Amino acid sequence: MMRRGLAGQRLVAAFLGGALLFNYPVLSLLDRSEPFFGMPMLWVCLFAVWAALIAVVAWIAERGAR
Amino acid sequence: MLTGTVVVAASFAYLMLLFAVAWYGDRRAEQGRSIIANPWTYAMSLAVYCTAWTYFGSVGRAASGGVWFLPIYLGPTLAMSLSWIVMLKMIRISRTYRITSIADFIASRYGKSHLLGGLVTIIAVVGMVPYIALQLKAISSGYSVLTGSDDSGVFPFATASWFNDGTLYVALTLAVFTVLFGARHLDAAERHEGMVAAIAFESVVKLLAFLVVGGFVTWSVYEGFGDIFARAFANPDLAALLSLQTASTAGYGGWFAMTLLALLSVIFLPRQFQVTVVENVNEQHLRRATWLFPAYLLLINIFVLPIALGGLLYFGRGTVDPDTFVLSLPLAHGEKALALLAFIGGLSAATGMVIVETIAVSTMVCNDLVMPLLLSTKRFKRNVHPDLTGLLLGIRRGAIVVVLLLGYLYFRLAGEAYALVSIGLISFAAVAQFAPAMLGGMYWRGGTRDGAFAGLLAGFVVWAYTLMLPSVAKSGWLDRDFLDQGLFGLDYLRPEQLFGLAGLDSISHALFWSLTANIACYVLVSLARVPTGQEATQATLFVDVFSRGQDAPATFWRGRAQVQDLQPLVARFLGAERARRMFEAYARERGVRSIEELKPDAGLVQFAETQLAGAIGSASARVMVSSVVQEEPLGLDEVMDILDEASQVRAYSHELEEKSQALEAATAELRAANERLTELDRLKDDFMSSVTHELRTPLTSIRAFSEMLLDDPKIDLKDRTRFLTIIVSETERLTRLVNQVLDMAKIESGHAEWHNTDIDMRELVGHAAETTDQLFRDRGAVLEIDLPDAAPHLRADRDRLLQVLLNLLSNAAKFVPDGAGVARVRLSAETGQLRVDVTDNGPGIAPEQLGVIFEKFRQGGDERSRPQGTGLGLPISRQIVEHFGGRLWVQSRPGEGATFSFVLPLPLESERGAGHAMT
Repeated sequence: MMRRGLAGQRLVAAFLGGALLFNYPVLSLLDRSEPFFGMPMLWVCLFAVWAALIAVVAWIAERGAR
Repeated sequence: MLTGTVVVAASFAYLMLLFAVAWYGDRRAEQGRSIIANPWTYAMSLAVYCTAWTYFGSVGRAASGGVWFLPIYLGPTLAMSLSWIVMLKMIRISRTYRITSIADFIASRYGKSHLLGGLVTIIAVVGMVPYIALQLKAISSGYSVLTGSDDSGVFPFATASWFNDGTLYVALTLAVFTVLFGARHLDAAERHEGMVAAIAFESVVKLLAFLVVGGFVTWSVYEGFGDIFARAFANPDLAALLSLQTASTAGYGGWFAMTLLALLSVIFLPRQFQVTVVENVNEQHLRRATWLFPAYLLLINIFVLPIALGGLLYFGRGTVDPDTFVLSLPLAHGEKALALLAFIGGLSAATGMVIVETIAVSTMVCNDLVMPLLLSTKRFKRNVHPDLTGLLLGIRRGAIVVVLLLGYLYFRLAGEAYALVSIGLISFAAVAQFAPAMLGGMYWRGGTRDGAFAGLLAGFVVWAYTLMLPSVAKSGWLDRDFLDQGLFGLDYLRPEQLFGLAGLDSISHALFWSLTANIACYVLVSLARVPTGQEATQATLFVDVFSRGQDAPATFWRGRAQVQDLQPLVARFLGAERARRMFEAYARERGVRSIEELKPDAGLVQFAETQLAGAIGSASARVMVSSVVQEEPLGLDEVMDILDEASQVRAYSHELEEKSQALEAATAELRAANERLTELDRLKDDFMSSVTHELRTPLTSIRAFSEMLLDDPKIDLKDRTRFLTIIVSETERLTRLVNQVLDMAKIESGHAEWHNTDIDMRELVGHAAETTDQLFRDRGAVLEIDLPDAAPHLRADRDRLLQVLLNLLSNAAKFVPDGAGVARVRLSAETGQLRVDVTDNGPGIAPEQLGVIFEKFRQGGDERSRPQGTGLGLPISRQIVEHFGGRLWVQSRPGEGATFSFVLPLPLESERGAGHAMT
């Protein structure tokens, strides 16, 4: 059962991490005016953090399936 | 531009395709080969979250607020990472208690209350109406952009009267389709496999269409992301969109509020509840959806900002409504087919949302609003309607049409004043009001019906006052005065700056006040009184759903009803044929042959009520069942008793477990003891057979020689003397053996008599050597004696110790080699003890024999060569030495002789003193 086990706790940790990264003040650190390889820093960072969070959650959820 | 006919024909063709998918899904479900029973379809069906708002509105939002379209998708990502905790519990609760909507969930949790169910339904309907209006607006404005019937694309059909308003026909068409998808027949579990298949299909279509358009804008119109962003950076107006702070005035607080709003919405939107919870086939599917659905959201959002910037760069600000960039950009580049595909994608998003949302809302309206009202009318009670399935279907279909028409009405009233996103957010804020009652209900036992009602009502009123009314007022249908000056001219009641709270955007402002009022009322009113029995029952069932078995819902009331009453009742709402099948299945489950044999117990009533709950909601099912059941509701005390009983049973079982463990340990001990006894028994048998064997050998020879003497009286004197000598020696041997056995038995049983005196070991060893001197001389051996000059006296039985010494010395005499034997006896005083060693130069003892020579009747050496002996000497010696607290042992190596040693402890000084004093 994943609910009570390690996977459940990992998912909560992932949630807390995501909530931290997607909000002030961390968000303000990403909000820079200079471009990142020609693309807006904030836009790139938000999608990168988002993708990383999904990857982490996928790893936890699918691993728990075994 | 495309002609209206082409667009309408393509749209209808697409809807037909959807319908075919749904039909195929239904058919496969009937055959038992579901196409939605896999995690991919499940995750795709969750993407019904992405509506026309996402499809068209995100671009519009990005065009005015840059990355501010993102919180609406980041929130769900966060929510999904908790899905295995929150949504799984919702799924389990709903499956166990046949809950089919949010209204039913809340009503059921707080004591199956009609009032609560009704309130939740009203909030859902009112809250969803703007959202449905948004879909209608998206379709109609998309249509007008495609066909060019309105040049600006901003105000489609603004001047048209209602009967030639295309949007009305869009709404009606969608109503027909929704009825076809979701309300063709009645399902006890409110599950619609075909619809889910169609929704999953739609999700794929809208994603692909949006990605194709995004790819077109990014790489065909411009030269990739870099190009678009480089141009945007060059334009100060657009560059401002690329930063969070400059793009919107809402600030980080607004960002957080938006994320929270979306997080709650993805859990509590009626359509999300429908696909996530009600349509869930297998709980395990949630596992993949946890990441696949957020991944879908990420994909569909990658091109939002590029399309928005591309559109603004191409058209400039103010000429074309950014909400329609997805369509107008391909059109402007002459890509008609692409524009049509984009429109189909948008249509997909809109129809998917409308279908699922209205089905979910219509279930609520039917089960939690209309049915309770109908059931409470006297006329309905008097009339015995044989079959109500038709009525139920009629109510649902009516509800679908009414909800869509309400959406249309809102669209006419307020739709034109707002961008798509703003309308959607109003609905989100309404849905967020369910959160305290839902989450509180799942994790807190203390929530009561009154608390939930107060919280929902307060939250809803504040929401309506701070968001809904302003949206209507801003479109000119209400006097704007109350917006600017407050209700009754009271300044602190201004809807968008309630109590003077300024500096927040209208959504954050409304969310803060409504959730504050909601949570405060929910908690405070709940805490005002103790929950009733019914509330406590349901609270326990919901909060502890995982620890209770899935199969056996607890029955917290006493009641009995005849199956003859219950079956027709269920048949009235589900149809006679289906009811019969259900009861037959239940009878089989219970192990009885026919329906008539079912026991009229609480379990049967529970079964009937659960079946009914799926069709008409838990509160109505409760009312209907109680009309035919003789029952006594339980008070809080009794419910608590039952719960206590359950915990007592748990305690007992724990105790039982401990006891059984103790029992196991005791069994193991007993087994070991038994083994020991068996071994002792075996030893006793061995001992007996050894003793008899040892007795028989001398007896046999005595008898043989006696018979010879008897038979032959003429035997000569020489032989006669020899025979008699043998008989005498054998008799002596017998006597010795019997004496030793008796000795042994006495010592072992503790009955031996010990005559302790002060002993000088030097004298004793000398005496023993003298006694055995003849033995050694007979063998031609030498006995060396090594005594210290003085040795302390010890207190023991002199005769016994002499017995030990004689035994060891005679053993040595027996084993030394003939003619060349050397034996040596040595006495030495060590600290606290005296030691005696008897060494011989015999053949020695094999290592495997070292242990056994001290056992009874086990003699060293091999059978033939060993000298005569009883086999009891060493065991008795050891017993004697141990009796005086000493130790007897042997050291030997084959071929190198053997050394038998024993030590005896000396009495302590004080004891010695006492001993002397006595003598």
